[in-house]
Amino acid sequence: MLEIKDVYKVFNAGTVNEKIALSGLNLTLADGDFVTVIGGNGAGKSTMLNMISGVYPCDEGQIVLDGKDITSMKEHRRAKYLGRVFQDPMMGTAATMSIEENLAMAYRRTRHRGLAWGVSRPEKSTYKELVASLGLGLENRMTTKVGLLSGGQRQAITLLMATIQKPKMLLLDEHTAALDPKTAAKVLEITDEIVKNDSLTTMMITHNMKDALRLGNRLVMMHEGRIIFDVSGEEKAKLDVPDLLKMFEKASGGEFANDRMLLA
Amino acid sequence: MFEAFIDSQPGSIALGIIWGIMAIGVYITYKVLDIADLTVDGSFSTGGAVLVVCVTSGMNIWLAMLLAFISGCLAGLVTAIFHTKFGIPAILAGILTQLALYSINLRILGGMANLPISFRKYNLLLTLSDIPKSLIMGGIFTVALIAILYWFFGTEIGHSLRATGCNQTMSRANGVNTNVAKTIGIVLSNGIVALSGALLAQYNGYADINMGRGAIVIGLAAVIIGEVVFGKIFRNFALKLLSVVIGGVAYYFFINLVLTLGLPANDLKLLQAVIVAVFLGIPYWKNSITKGKHKIKKENKGGVINA
Repeated sequence: MLEIKDVYKVFNAGTVNEKIALSGLNLTLADGDFVTVIGGNGAGKSTMLNMISGVYPCDEGQIVLDGKDITSMKEHRRAKYLGRVFQDPMMGTAATMSIEENLAMAYRRTRHRGLAWGVSRPEKSTYKELVASLGLGLENRMTTKVGLLSGGQRQAITLLMATIQKPKMLLLDEHTAALDPKTAAKVLEITDEIVKNDSLTTMMITHNMKDALRLGNRLVMMHEGRIIFDVSGEEKAKLDVPDLLKMFEKASGGEFANDRMLLA
Repeated sequence: MFEAFIDSQPGSIALGIIWGIMAIGVYITYKVLDIADLTVDGSFSTGGAVLVVCVTSGMNIWLAMLLAFISGCLAGLVTAIFHTKFGIPAILAGILTQLALYSINLRILGGMANLPISFRKYNLLLTLSDIPKSLIMGGIFTVALIAILYWFFGTEIGHSLRATGCNQTMSRANGVNTNVAKTIGIVLSNGIVALSGALLAQYNGYADINMGRGAIVIGLAAVIIGEVVFGKIFRNFALKLLSVVIGGVAYYFFINLVLTLGLPANDLKLLQAVIVAVFLGIPYWKNSITKGKHKIKKENKGGVINA
């Protein structure tokens, strides 16, 4: 489904702030893979997701999605293939637009936009059912501005938006990190349900090792812009958190996992 | 003194409506797209100049209005290209176009700073000497414009403009070309501003190279007054646009009042700037005063997903 071939990305090249974010990244995902991505701060996890979604151009290398080279495709054009949920709950929705308007925006992700109504009448009832499926009671607030919702509610709506048109890939960038534990658990539960129901090819960045182990069929660890560890299936199922920490220490040359990883 | 003030009310209402239409253009960039577009100072005069030149050369008034609208659209397009293709910050892009428009407007006016158009000679839509007619025409334009914009911002393209103004990351993630959305908004906004300039030129009986000076400030004043007064009651988009026009009328009422009270006309721009600065400051001051309260509210609420 996705092939990342030898991708390099350097930020602020030639300055004192030069940062090699991706350094020869290679990764191939099969159709239906649900891969969790872990790694320390600055390992290149978010950069990888942003490169896939086209936020930055690649310095070198190639990204192929479902047989199509998308390396130089503009971000808004790739959007029709990708569902994205961001770390910041504010990023995925338009605060000044209502729940149904936001969903309608997402529904038109794969289509040409014209002078037809932004939300048609039959759509409204479809959206209402979809929102009801979240089990958050939001189905009675379809015309409420999204800006009035809590972070968790907004993240749940963003998840719906990302998957309302079945994407070729779902990209989750630490999408529960900014939520309190109870809300995070609920959003993760919804995530797992949607991914399973639509058997979506998914990439989820997380700082929570337990989540990384519990969810998905595959786990990759990144360090200094590369994948240093990649397990799937049975092998992944057998791992536990201490294993991961040991692995991380070994691969990164004895460097300790940072506090955030240990605490998670 | 006050009799003169009351007598002059219908006139200032007509002026307020014309500037209110201009403020609707400003609303599209400033409120919907979240861009401060200073092109309007130039495109307002462009609209007036194009109309006067077209009509005095014998063109039909409605066709001249259309051309005035298109000339404003083109001015907006230049700013949009500066912003999206040259990477120039929107505010600076607008200033550049505005500067260039000064020369262009002079060319349109045939090198003259002021070009008259007489209501006796030409069939104008509105004029200073027939205020009731002007009020009706202004009203018709306002209602028609609000209706069209209400429809437009309910369409798919309209939604993509609103989303772009609110959250560009979200817009791109949902397949919106944010540069195109901004371009459409800036073009439309300046078209409306030029249309309003064309109306004012007819009303005053002349187009002037300086007629648009400070237009952005008047537009902002109308937008902000409308918002402060009606923000809490008017939630519907059409009503919000209406409140902008009412803001324009209220503004001219106020200006008329201070002039009657003896403010020298030369000091008017100073007063305008101060009014807009204060009104822009109010939400900021409000925020910094109530910050503490909001925090407590949030903590009480907790982060429960059903909150």
